Amino acid sequence: MLRYFLKRLLSLALSLVVASLVIFLALEVVPGDPAAYMLGINAQEDTLAVLRDQLGLNGTVVERYFAWAGGMLRGDFGISYTYRTPVAEMIGERLWISLPLALYALVLSTLIAFPAGIWAASKRGSAADVTVMGVTQLGVAIPNFWFAMLMVLVFAINLRWFSAGGFVGWDAGFAAALKSLTLPAVALALPQASILARVMRSSLLDTLSEDYIRTARAKGLSRGQALWRHALRNALIPVLTIIGMQFSFLLAGAIIIENVFFLPGLGRLVFQSISARDLIVVESVVMLLVFAVIVVNFAVDMAYAVVDPRLRTRR
Amino acid sequence: MSLLSIENLSLSIHGAPILRDVSMQIEPGRILGVIGESGSGKSMTAFAAMQLLPDGSVCDGRIELNGQEVLDLGEQDLCRMRGRDVGMVFQEPMTALNPIRTIGDQVAETILIHEKVSRGAAMERAAEALRRAELPQDRFPLSRYPFELSGGQRQRVVIAMAIALRPKLLIADEPTTALDVTTQAQILDLLKRLVAEDGMGLMLISHDLAVVADLADDIVIMRKGEVVESGPADSLFRTMQHPYSKALLAASTHAPDREGAPQDVPLLQVQDVVRDYTVHMRGWWGKTTTFQAVKGVSFEIRKGESLGLVGESGCGKSTLTRAILGLEEVQGGSILLDGQPVFTGHHANRDIRRRMQVVFQDPYGSFNPRWKVGRLIAEPYHLLEQPPAGRAKARAIAEALESVGLQSEDQHKYIHEFSGGQRQRIAIARALIIKPELIILDEAVSALDVSVRAQVLDLLADLGDRFGLTYLFISHDLSVVRNVTDRVLVMKAGEIVEQGETKAVFDAPQHEYTKQLIEAAPVLPADVA
Amino acid sequence: MKGNRNLWLGGGLTLIFASAALISFLWVPYDTTVLDIANKIKGPSGAHPLGTDHFGRDILSMIMVGARTSIAVALVAVGIGMGLGVPLGLTAAAKKGSLLDELIMRGNDLVFAFPSLLIAIMITAVFGASALNAIIAIGIFNIPVFARLTRSGALSLWTRDYVMAARVAGKGAARISAEHILPNVTNLLIVQGTIQFSLGILAEAGLSYVGLGAQPPTASWGRMLADSQTMISFAPHMALFPGLAILLTVLGLNLMGDGLRDMFDPKLRRAR
Repeated sequence: MLRYFLKRLLSLALSLVVASLVIFLALEVVPGDPAAYMLGINAQEDTLAVLRDQLGLNGTVVERYFAWAGGMLRGDFGISYTYRTPVAEMIGERLWISLPLALYALVLSTLIAFPAGIWAASKRGSAADVTVMGVTQLGVAIPNFWFAMLMVLVFAINLRWFSAGGFVGWDAGFAAALKSLTLPAVALALPQASILARVMRSSLLDTLSEDYIRTARAKGLSRGQALWRHALRNALIPVLTIIGMQFSFLLAGAIIIENVFFLPGLGRLVFQSISARDLIVVESVVMLLVFAVIVVNFAVDMAYAVVDPRLRTRR
Repeated sequence: MSLLSIENLSLSIHGAPILRDVSMQIEPGRILGVIGESGSGKSMTAFAAMQLLPDGSVCDGRIELNGQEVLDLGEQDLCRMRGRDVGMVFQEPMTALNPIRTIGDQVAETILIHEKVSRGAAMERAAEALRRAELPQDRFPLSRYPFELSGGQRQRVVIAMAIALRPKLLIADEPTTALDVTTQAQILDLLKRLVAEDGMGLMLISHDLAVVADLADDIVIMRKGEVVESGPADSLFRTMQHPYSKALLAASTHAPDREGAPQDVPLLQVQDVVRDYTVHMRGWWGKTTTFQAVKGVSFEIRKGESLGLVGESGCGKSTLTRAILGLEEVQGGSILLDGQPVFTGHHANRDIRRRMQVVFQDPYGSFNPRWKVGRLIAEPYHLLEQPPAGRAKARAIAEALESVGLQSEDQHKYIHEFSGGQRQRIAIARALIIKPELIILDEAVSALDVSVRAQVLDLLADLGDRFGLTYLFISHDLSVVRNVTDRVLVMKAGEIVEQGETKAVFDAPQHEYTKQLIEAAPVLPADVA
Repeated sequence: MKGNRNLWLGGGLTLIFASAALISFLWVPYDTTVLDIANKIKGPSGAHPLGTDHFGRDILSMIMVGARTSIAVALVAVGIGMGLGVPLGLTAAAKKGSLLDELIMRGNDLVFAFPSLLIAIMITAVFGASALNAIIAIGIFNIPVFARLTRSGALSLWTRDYVMAARVAGKGAARISAEHILPNVTNLLIVQGTIQFSLGILAEAGLSYVGLGAQPPTASWGRMLADSQTMISFAPHMALFPGLAILLTVLGLNLMGDGLRDMFDPKLRRAR
């Protein structure tokens, strides 16, 4: 187990290093001098030099990479070109919307998908199964931002159950904050829940046709008992993979959904920064999201080991 | 009163008839052997007795277990019956156990599902059941996972699971087919002992006449969903009437005639061959160890000879085969065909390669499903500098097909249109097309039903005489090797432990391992063979 | 039978939108580059079956022209993914366990850590927004999908005896990959291709919606939805029809993928 853990940890660290290199180099090729952009065309050469130094734009590529990467390790993401405030602060504020939103959506998606997938698999071929499969087929095909717009039309504009957008802030109380994240979270969760339910169902059907299910039935377990005691945990392995992948889709998808609901999250920050050519903010947000994805994949690998004893002892 | 009495059982699945008027009885403490080739319905009969049939199955007739009519029971009562009154053992021990739960947990489940006992008590009884299945706690604690056990050990876990509640009837569906011959003998002994100890009835299903003949008190022979012959084991072989039973028996003991005698000239010389594998412990950058699969093996095959190579799985025979075929380089020793090395300067020697061909075990996996038979057969032409083309090629393909008893028109068909036996003939045609001198038969008849196997063996003998072929016959099945080879090598753990004239080796084995193998191999009673 | 129904239904839907895109090159009900302010924001009527937008453009015509963008972007992106991913996957499988295999697979993992939207954001930040950059972003994301699928399919084929027979016939890894492995993974690739195609259409719509994809005046379903957003309370038809176009196209492709999988592999039909 320890060896597996260390091996995964090493691979996590390596991925982070390579990802940071890719992001750094990609934005390194952008033409133009941010310092000149910030100060305008009439800037003096010496004030430019001072600003460049502040922004860490001097030195060789290698030096700048280590300065940037080292800063990030200490939680210093640099200074925004447009707002002249530390990027870490800007991201910190926004993260309090984006992260809860992604988690909320993930919880919703799992809560919907597991029962639906298990129910459909246990009643394969029945009307229940056909219904679940039909609904999820639609859920997979629906663009989430369009679904979000329709929900705004129905639940915010017509029924007035929710507000059409914006975030009340966590100061307004947990329930109120959660309520203002509900429509975005549902919009994010529905397509993911559909995918997850389908994976759950087909994975469960696969394991139900395994030899050891027949062995369990020969011991005297009923169909239901065999499903719960033997099939479900084995079926979880591909489902975990999908949950891991979904977290990254949810984080990225949140960028679009935040636009629909005018939520001041990371997504809005990214688009504002792109139009303002505030590249250091873009760079930092992308790195942060990639970091999140890599860490979640690491967590999924650990979850595999909990489910599957073969990973714990071998290798 | 019989323990299990099946009367006039008919079964159809989605309207397709599977069983017709099947009847058989099992008495307590006795073993009923059910014999049949694939598709005979022998396994379905067992599943019908357990009522573990696929969806869409309809049973008709009577299945009486212990005085209870099984076909009248509801699902709840059936669950109560399964595992408590009847235990079942399956063919594939590698997949029959849940990979992510401990063996103790899985054996204890049988007890917990039927009796209201504490988990601790159930675990204690599970340990007892495992001990009876010869998996003592000091070496195989309850906390082991299936992947930590060998195939034979897993089968013992399945048996422990089946007998944990001392059921009155045990059904074993091909319980040893996937196992090596020595393991098979141990498992069969175990089953026999359990039957004697518990006074259980045992339904032993097998395709192997010899396995059943060794063990069973009564025998039922099935074919295409019907019982063709049944009776007490000791008299059945002598009194059997049905032509199919007779043919089956004849095929099981079939020894093809081969006329040409081997010449006293070596064709293949294997000298001190060593094959090491580098095993990566942790990815390609991690620590490595070496594993020696073949440890200094030497032997010769004479021209026109048929040499057997016998060994259990993992003994290195497949590795040796790949080395002879020039697919992998060896780390020591030399392999010479007609005096020339198979491998020169890290490259396989094409001139030598084209003088050898191979036939594999699996008639289903040996052919690219997207190619037509003509193209499949012609694939070895790749070895020739100037392969025949156009009409010459078509003629050669037709000849190859006809020489294995197929039609030249068959070259336009896809492989899925052929049966297992026909596919093996096509594999032989593919091996023959470049007119090789040596053909390696890698378990080439092991996957075939006995009657088809007899035909393929006859064909090989006939082709050997016609084309002056030399065979290296690799098999785990001693009876086949005994019947078709001139000399035999016995391989164990990468070494050849014994070699000699086939008859001499079988009649008077010298090495301890050879003795074990021959001892373990099931044989038909002497008076029928 | 169900597989066939999926195939026909999905194929039919796909065909409708593909032909709408093709027909739009020759004829559309109204020219989408001409603004007709007098007729702006009209609901569906005889003259405009799906209504008009805030510039008075015919929504049916816009959807037909937008189908071109969606289909072109998704098709090229799948092409990039297959064109690079399949050879990488075949190579990795042929050299299983080697340093090359390890490099290819770790590279795949790395690309997977960047969701396509992030790739698009980075490309946009560097080169600016355009349909071409959307194609590249979605295409890059498709590479590891096809590489992994090809590798896992190929690995199971490499253990088959017919590959061994080809090696006995003196064939090398490249030839075996081309003759024996690739033809036997094409079914997998076709099925995955339709799925990635539908994902590509969804991704393109999302990128255009947030302004990272096709730029005006290029018509695109995602942009139409972005334009409609502020008017959704009084002109819901502007949001409804482009969204339905996306939904039905993606649904059609997914159904077709399921149908193809059932057709290629009857064994999966049972398990699905």
